[in-house]
Amino acid sequence: MQISNSYDYQSNPATKDTPWIRRTFITIAVLFMVVMLVVPLLAVFYEAFKNGWQLYVASLVDPEALQAIKLTLITAGIVLPINMVLGIAIAWLVTRYQFKGKQLVTTLLDLPFSVSPVVAGLMFVLLFGLNSTVGGWLESMGFQVIYAVPGIVLATLFVTFPFVARELIPLMQTQGDSEEQAALTLGASGWQTFWHVTLPNIKWALLYGLILTNARAMGEFGAVSVVSGHIRGETNTMPLLVEIAYNDYNFTAAFALSSLLAALALVTLLIQQVMTKMQARKFAKSARLAAAPELPVSANATNAADTYKTAAQAAKSSRNV
Amino acid sequence: MSIEIRNVNKKFGSFTALDNINITVPTGKLTTLLGPSGCGKTTLLRIIAGLEYADSGQIFFDDLDVTNTPVQKRHIGFMFQHYALFRHKNIAENVAFGLTLLPKNKRPSKADINKRVNELLELVQLPQVANAYPHQLSGGQRQRIALARALAVKPKLLLLDEPFGALDAKVRKELRTWLKNIHHELGITSIMVTHDQEEARAVSDEIVVMNQGRVEQVGTSEALIHQPANAFVSDFLDLA
Repeated sequence: MQISNSYDYQSNPATKDTPWIRRTFITIAVLFMVVMLVVPLLAVFYEAFKNGWQLYVASLVDPEALQAIKLTLITAGIVLPINMVLGIAIAWLVTRYQFKGKQLVTTLLDLPFSVSPVVAGLMFVLLFGLNSTVGGWLESMGFQVIYAVPGIVLATLFVTFPFVARELIPLMQTQGDSEEQAALTLGASGWQTFWHVTLPNIKWALLYGLILTNARAMGEFGAVSVVSGHIRGETNTMPLLVEIAYNDYNFTAAFALSSLLAALALVTLLIQQVMTKMQARKFAKSARLAAAPELPVSANATNAADTYKTAAQAAKSSRNV
Repeated sequence: MSIEIRNVNKKFGSFTALDNINITVPTGKLTTLLGPSGCGKTTLLRIIAGLEYADSGQIFFDDLDVTNTPVQKRHIGFMFQHYALFRHKNIAENVAFGLTLLPKNKRPSKADINKRVNELLELVQLPQVANAYPHQLSGGQRQRIALARALAVKPKLLLLDEPFGALDAKVRKELRTWLKNIHHELGITSIMVTHDQEEARAVSDEIVVMNQGRVEQVGTSEALIHQPANAFVSDFLDLA
């Protein structure tokens, strides 16, 4: 039973704001969103299709464009599973264990957010570039990191690292570990506990973290720009190619690729909406149950005792089987 | 199954939670660990369960030393103060959980699992909520389901950690009677933790009064009232 909800203030005539306050807030909010979000988005699609459908498609099947799309997808495909596993592991570590240095771990987790992406990219160039010890050694084994795909993957991993963990940690802290303890008492191994109890409880936060990771992985510019070397046909991701195309005055290509990235953003939002609705429907379905009666009143003691006896006997007999 | 707790000690940092505890819990009886907050009763219960480890001492289940046995292998049922039902499983799945974990060669068929779930729901008098979710039930209903879930794997020992602590007074009294009746029918060795002496006296076959990590007195409700061992027991049980 709720005492009040956040809409009571406005739906109650005694405390409602005057109409012009409401209208002002709504106008400001809608105007801001339209100007800053909707108009630019529409402009991207408009510019992409301005010169006709054929030029749009031709820009996308251009070999360089296809390579860029492929590289973006490969990078996201590598980064997502790694971040999922690492993110869950870190969240589990931080919320289920007490240890010295836990504060340090949580602080380090925010590092990729506070560091400028360009600096992050440069960091990897200094660490793994041909002039470094590690990079030189790897190159002698025939494995190049910087100005090659592995460097792009590493840089993307760094900038997307915190998303999953930061979504999971507050949720897992709030939920507590009593369900996991209950699972252990029922005979579940560590893995069974994680799979059957923890994972279902965190799945929406995990999904949201993965959506954020994916968006950032596919859209990252700064860090990837520094490590990639912009080698045409080899180390350009979609965002990099957008910049190159724009600087070459190839506006259709630039906006065509941008429209793909924008469409990706809209699709991921759509997926999230659909899954939220599905979950709400599932809960609503089970809410349409007849209300279960409470315990019989103690005045009915004899009847209650009889019911216990027959039911308990049934349970007992199946126990002896 | 009888339980023996031998010379169990537990410290948290410099705080002594349990100081050389020696207790025997008789088979088939409902024994209550009774005491004020911080006396060590929940710590002891969790050590018996295997959710904590003692610093020293041993736990025996029927002459079998289980001190180093992991909690999964102790075949216990545990009831938590805040129910700890699996929020994303419906009631039937919650109750069946222990059974679904069994290895393939020991696991009953789906039909048998359903049958057992329905029997247990009948036992706790909630046969119609099989498809509901925990958040749709009241506190008292959730605790009854928690009992059904704990009983599903036919444990030899039932452990209850302040099972009625989160419920209002009226439901507490009703569930107290209900638990006593169920225990009487099923006869599983049970250990309950509570700070409510009225509850302990209403439900238990035997009471272990604890204070500051030590056992003050062990006995039936009558024995404790007529012959309290010391001032603490007499004070805690509200005797004149």
